[in-house]
Amino acid sequence: METAAKPIIEVEGLSAAYEERTILDNITFTVGRGEVFVILGGSGCGKSTLLKHLIGLYQPASGSVFIDGEDLAAAWGKARKALLGKIGVMYQHGALFGSMTLLENLCLPLEEFTDLPEPARRLIAAMNLSLVGLADYHHHYPAEISGGMRKRAAIARAMVLGPQILFLDEPSAGLDPVTSAEMDELILRLAGSLGITFVIVSHELPSINTIADRVIMLDKDSKSIIASGTPQQLAHSNIPKVRRFFARQAGNG
Amino acid sequence: MSRTTAPAATMTVDDSRSGLLLLTISGHLDLTGAAVLWKPAGELIEKHRPQRLQLDASGIDYCDGTGIGLLVELERRMRLVGGTFELRGLREEFTRLHEQFDLDSLVELPSSRPEPCCLPEATGMAVVKTWQALKTLIYFIGELTVALMAALKRPQSVRWRDVWLIAEKAGVDALPIVALLSFLVGLIMAFQAAIPMRQFGTEIYVANLIGLATLRELGPLMTAIILAGRSASAFAAEIGTMKVNEEIDALTTMGLEPVPFLVVTRVLAALFVTPLLTLFANLLGLAGGSVVLLSLNYPLVTYLNQVRSAVGFGDCLGGLAKSLVFGIIIAAIGCMQGLRTGTGASAVGDAATRAVVSGIVLIVIGDGVFSVLYYYLGI
Repeated sequence: METAAKPIIEVEGLSAAYEERTILDNITFTVGRGEVFVILGGSGCGKSTLLKHLIGLYQPASGSVFIDGEDLAAAWGKARKALLGKIGVMYQHGALFGSMTLLENLCLPLEEFTDLPEPARRLIAAMNLSLVGLADYHHHYPAEISGGMRKRAAIARAMVLGPQILFLDEPSAGLDPVTSAEMDELILRLAGSLGITFVIVSHELPSINTIADRVIMLDKDSKSIIASGTPQQLAHSNIPKVRRFFARQAGNG
Repeated sequence: MSRTTAPAATMTVDDSRSGLLLLTISGHLDLTGAAVLWKPAGELIEKHRPQRLQLDASGIDYCDGTGIGLLVELERRMRLVGGTFELRGLREEFTRLHEQFDLDSLVELPSSRPEPCCLPEATGMAVVKTWQALKTLIYFIGELTVALMAALKRPQSVRWRDVWLIAEKAGVDALPIVALLSFLVGLIMAFQAAIPMRQFGTEIYVANLIGLATLRELGPLMTAIILAGRSASAFAAEIGTMKVNEEIDALTTMGLEPVPFLVVTRVLAALFVTPLLTLFANLLGLAGGSVVLLSLNYPLVTYLNQVRSAVGFGDCLGGLAKSLVFGIIIAAIGCMQGLRTGTGASAVGDAATRAVVSGIVLIVIGDGVFSVLYYYLGI
C-alpha cells in the first residue's frame, strides 16, 4: 500500500523560540505509521516544546509539521478540526476537566464531534475507561483518583475519538516502578491491538527500552537532534553524551 | 554534642603586621556561629587590607553550608582587595564540602533580581506590555464576536446546560447580596436626603430622587459592580486554573476552541442574569426608600404615586439596556483575564484581581458613555 509507506508525521526544519531565546533549531524527522516513537532528552532540552509544536498549540518560528500530509499550523476551521480529530493528547498531569467525572470527561469530545445518541456516548466512554482498567471509576472526579489513574484516564479520553496518533507527555513520570510498568504494558497493548501511532515524550529509560521502536534524542546545547535509532543503537552510540545518558540511567535503574 | 549546647564560633586575631593577617576560627560554624562572625571578619579585612590572609581552621568542630559560606566570603573579599587567601587545617569532611563551591562564579555577587536599568527602559517595557495587552483585547473581542454570531446562527451549538448552571451561580446565588446592598443604599440615600429636604417641607421629593437615581444609575451600576466582584473574579480564576492545569490546551487539541466553549456560555449567562438582577435591585432600592418615607408618616400609596410621576418607562428600560452591556463586559473581561493567565498559582490570583479591577473600570467608563448618549438621545 502506498499510504502505509508514507510517514504519518513529517517535521521539516522546525525551529522554535520563546521571544528571543531559541529552544529548538532546525529539527527534521519523520514518524512512520504504527510506530512507537520516543522523544528523549534531559530536562530543559525542549521535549515538551517540540510536542506542543507537533500538536499545533504553538506556531513554529520556522519550518513546518505535517500530520498525515497536512500542515497543522496552517490549517484553519473545518480542516483544522478534521486534522485534530486524527490526534489524541495525554498531558503530563492528565489535564482532565476537574468539574466533570471521568465518564463525563470522555463523553465531552463525543458530544461535540459525533451525532451519537446519549446512551451510545456513555457506552463508548465506558468501553474506553475499561480498556485502561478504570471500569470501576466512572463517577469519580479527577481529584479523587491517583496520579497514575489520572494519566490512564487521560489516555482513555485521548483515545475516545479513535485517533490515528496518540501523543503522550511523560506517561511514566512520577509513577512508581510497578505502575510505570503497567503503563508500558498498556501502551504496547494499545499499539498492538489498535495500530495507533504513539509519539511519547519521556526520559525514563526502562520504559523506553520496553516500548520504543525508534528514539530521537534532543540536546540542550545544540538545540537539535543528536541521535536517532532504536534504543539498542542509542545505547551503543559513538556519541559520548548519548552513551553517558543511557549508561547513567541504566546504572540508576 | 547537641547543637544547642555547642560553643558558638569564635575568632581571634593572632597577628596583623606588614600585610599579613593571621586569623583563627574555632567552634561551631553553623548558621548562628557564621552570623556572629560574618560582620567582624569582613570589617577586619576592610581595616587591615592585608596582602595575605591566613586562616587557621583546625579548631572548627562543626561546619555546614553557611559556615563554608563564611570561608568563601573571606576568600571572595580577599580577591576583591587583591590579596591571597590561605586556608589551613580545615577538617577533611569540611574541605570536601568547601571544594564543591566554584569561587570564580561567586566573586560577583548575583543581584537580587534583574530590574529594568532606568526610566526609559522601564517605560519602553510598560509600553510594549500595554500594546500586547491591547492586541490580545482586540483579538479577543473579534473572536468573541465571531463566536457569539455563530451561536446566534446555530443556537443548538451552545451548551445550554452550562449556561443555566453558570446563570444560577452568577445570578440566583447573588440575590441575597444584591438585595441587601440595594435596599440599604436606597434607605441610606433616602434618609440622608430627607433630613435637609424636611427643612423646606419637600421630603416627598425624596421619592423622585430615589426613583430616578435607582432606576437610571444605581441599580444597574451596583448590580454590575457586585457581579464584577463575584463572577468576573470567579470566571477568571476558574479559566485561569484550567489554563495552568493544561485543560485549555487539552480543549484546543480536542478541536474545542476555548472561546466558543467556555466564554460564550459565560457571556450568555451574564446576559440573562444581569438585567434580571438589575430589576431586582431597582425594586429593593425603591423599597429601601419607602421605609424612610413611611417613617415620616407618608402612606405607601403616596410614595408610589410620587415615584410613578417622577420616572417613566424609558428610565427603567434605559437602565436595563445599560445592564445588558455591563453583563457582557463583566463576563468577557473575566474570561479574557482567565485565558491570559500565565503559569503558577500566583498567576491565577493576578488574573482574578485584574478581572475585577478592569471590569469595574470598564463598567464606570461605560456608564459615563451611556450618560452622554442618553443625554443626546433625550432619554
